[in-house]
Amino acid sequence: MSFQRANFSHPEFRIGVAEFLRPAPGIAAWGLMTGVAMVKSGIGIFESLLMALLVFAGSSQLASIPLILAGAPVWVIWATGFCVNLRFVVFSLHLHHYLSHLVTWRRVMTGYLTADLAYVLFVRRFPHPATDAAGRAAEQAYLAGSNLMNWGAWVSSSLVGIALANFIPQSWGLGFAGILCLVGILCSLATTRLRVLSCVVAGIVGVAAYALPLKLNIIVAIGVAVILCLTMEKLRPAPHGRALS
Amino acid sequence: MDINWHTVVVVLGLALVTVLARGFFLFSNKTWQLPHWAQRGLQYAPIAALAAVVVPEVVTVQGQLVDSWQDARLYAAAVGAGAYFWRKDVLFTIVAGMAVYLPLHLGLGW
Repeated sequence: MSFQRANFSHPEFRIGVAEFLRPAPGIAAWGLMTGVAMVKSGIGIFESLLMALLVFAGSSQLASIPLILAGAPVWVIWATGFCVNLRFVVFSLHLHHYLSHLVTWRRVMTGYLTADLAYVLFVRRFPHPATDAAGRAAEQAYLAGSNLMNWGAWVSSSLVGIALANFIPQSWGLGFAGILCLVGILCSLATTRLRVLSCVVAGIVGVAAYALPLKLNIIVAIGVAVILCLTMEKLRPAPHGRALS
Repeated sequence: MDINWHTVVVVLGLALVTVLARGFFLFSNKTWQLPHWAQRGLQYAPIAALAAVVVPEVVTVQGQLVDSWQDARLYAAAVGAGAYFWRKDVLFTIVAGMAVYLPLHLGLGW
């Protein structure tokens, strides 16, 4: 798992921490608002604390709140959470190339602790999995630093949000800082024309299919955008040597 | 403290859902080889997923397209995106976006 002693003393650990300093305030603002939103919408304090500490996934937490309050069947809430989290399944496939030297429970724990931003920063810093022990140690240390920052920013701000719920008016709209954080990441990924196309198509389909149940509009939008881009790629092959990251 | 145990079960299940999703392929010892189309798909899936989540959050209210230009989110997101391409900095994106959002939202009620 990420939190092993050897990771903390490795120089890459500090780099992982330092690179996460920039997105951390956005994560914290989002966590703060999620903490406030959970309590304000009527989820109990204890249940909100458990949610912040264990679920550790903002979008599925936020998506589950109205369903919990509406008394939706348990399986619907869990299935919705899984659909919203489906991108992580893809991340896990990719992360396996970096984690295959670990035993199963450590691999799974590392995956559990690696949320969106940590994943994006990690694969940006290490576009290709290391092939030797030193390289793998560097990867693990970087990921530990990044994950620790992410977890710390998310959990501490959620706890503060839960505590401050009675003092922060929801009307301030601080949660929008989380969306702006995602806007920034989205722009950072828009490095090729086909990726911009993917972004535009997914945005349009995400809105057009919003009425679908279980947040399936997100899944449909990803599917349509990816299939369209792959088709475009077939029609007009990518130039050789284009960066894979 | 009043604890709703039904909600506790839901929350513990959601935590397992996070483990299942983030660990999905990591439960296996085998490194799964993705077919070529899937590898290429990884180029486009992350940005598509973010756009699918973010765009409805910016341009809709409960799934209905905004019918007014007096909506702080539109301007904040546009300025945020512009700010990113100017400075290539996510924190700057958030600061610039909120600098537009808060006055419009709190000051003008947009």
